[in-house]
Amino acid sequence: MRYAMAIDTKKCVGCSDCVVACQTENEVPIGYCRDWIVEVTDGTYPELELEIRSERCNHCDNSPCVRCCPTGASHYSDGGSVLVTHNKCIGCGACVSSCPYDARYSHPKGYVDKCTFCNHRVKKGQQPACVSVCPTRCMYFGDLEDPNSEVSKIMKLRKYKTLAPEAGTKPQVFYLI
Amino acid sequence: MKEEIIVSGRMNLNIDPVLHIWHWQIPLYLFLGGLAAGIMFFAALYTIQGKEKQYQTAVKWSMFLVPIFIVLGLLMLLLDLKHKLYFWQLYTVIRLQSPMSWGAWTLMIVTPIALLWCLMYIRDLLDLWKGKFKLTNGLIEFAYKKLDRYKWIDTFIAFLYKYRKVMAWLMIFYAVILGIYTGILLSAFNARPLWNTSILGPLFMVSGFSTAAALIMWMSKDYNEKKAFGRIDLILIATEVFFIIHMFMGFLASTEVQIEAARLFLGGEFTAVFWVFVVGIGLVIPALLESLKLYGFKIPVFLPAFMILLGGLMFRFIMVEAGQVTRYLY
Repeated sequence: MRYAMAIDTKKCVGCSDCVVACQTENEVPIGYCRDWIVEVTDGTYPELELEIRSERCNHCDNSPCVRCCPTGASHYSDGGSVLVTHNKCIGCGACVSSCPYDARYSHPKGYVDKCTFCNHRVKKGQQPACVSVCPTRCMYFGDLEDPNSEVSKIMKLRKYKTLAPEAGTKPQVFYLI
Repeated sequence: MKEEIIVSGRMNLNIDPVLHIWHWQIPLYLFLGGLAAGIMFFAALYTIQGKEKQYQTAVKWSMFLVPIFIVLGLLMLLLDLKHKLYFWQLYTVIRLQSPMSWGAWTLMIVTPIALLWCLMYIRDLLDLWKGKFKLTNGLIEFAYKKLDRYKWIDTFIAFLYKYRKVMAWLMIFYAVILGIYTGILLSAFNARPLWNTSILGPLFMVSGFSTAAALIMWMSKDYNEKKAFGRIDLILIATEVFFIIHMFMGFLASTEVQIEAARLFLGGEFTAVFWVFVVGIGLVIPALLESLKLYGFKIPVFLPAFMILLGGLMFRFIMVEAGQVTRYLY
């Protein structure tokens, strides 16, 4: 099993519904976010191109955060999701520094926090909160190793990219282009 | 011309607009660690060479500072932790992939060695300080009494002294590991292009050893020892300059993100502080002063020593600060 997410940059309108859904579902402290919207404008006026992305932890296959963690609090869970065990985390910040996507932050309670691919919902057979609320249905979540999963199907049809592949992390959140 | 404007909705504390997860504690910790590693290296080196008589400051007196530096350094590390009450989790596993993990274990090994070393020379220290300061007289009397009362301490000290070369070999090995660790701690993070260079390990080690040599030179009252450590410092400074040039050459020949990292020091926001404090005050001027001294000019020893120590401290602050500015995305 390999959980992954595909996000359609052609369909995303940047409404931030995924951000609010995540903050509500996961009780993210006020002022912080586990996922966020990025708008990239390329080119010179009048020839401009806009790409909107909903970004989050990439649940990398080769996660620098898991490698750098001195206590093993950051670990790979079922399906390759990268999770943090709160009572093992000492709050040293090594994983925060090691993440090329800056997807982690220090929770006011002290431990490090980040996107969990809504592990608690996925276990119950539900979609992650962000995926479930998306009004344009631009997000696809599922098992990459299952050829019939939504994410596998859409990735067969479309071209995609990952963020900062040169960092060598093998990210598992794919952006359809 | 291709232009790119990026707007992000993320504004996490200490992450945006630029990463600032590590503050003043980490560079101070790295500085104290490098200093402790350097002192242990020289103490062990001259013990192995059998030159304890010539280099008393290096072998005996400066070593009494090492446990203090390590404890202060660990205190800095603890202050930096955001989930402090769970710090003991560090010592429940050894994770070789994580420099922070094996660094924590190295400190765990190094501290008792340094303490045993201090115990070995405790009588020498007491003899040196006897009747010197009114404030500590009572304490010294008390220590003498205890030493005389518990004879096994002297037996133990004699045992340690007999096997001091074994201890020195162990200490020189761990001093090098500790010195390198202070740099590897940063270079393990490929997400921060400025840190992600393997030369940072040797560079931090040499810089740490150079600050230690400066401190020993400052503390020493023996002319020949002062002169010897002045020379050692000259060699270490030359090595450091060589490593710094190599670091920048490596960056400029590397990927875009590392070229950007080098630009921070070659015209970017850290140019002035780096070249003035680290290269100027920390390396070039003390090297000039030391060279002049070798030619017989009278220069007070604290001047180059203080400059080298200040330069070493600034170097760590700048590297930790600047490294967090460099990134892959946006």
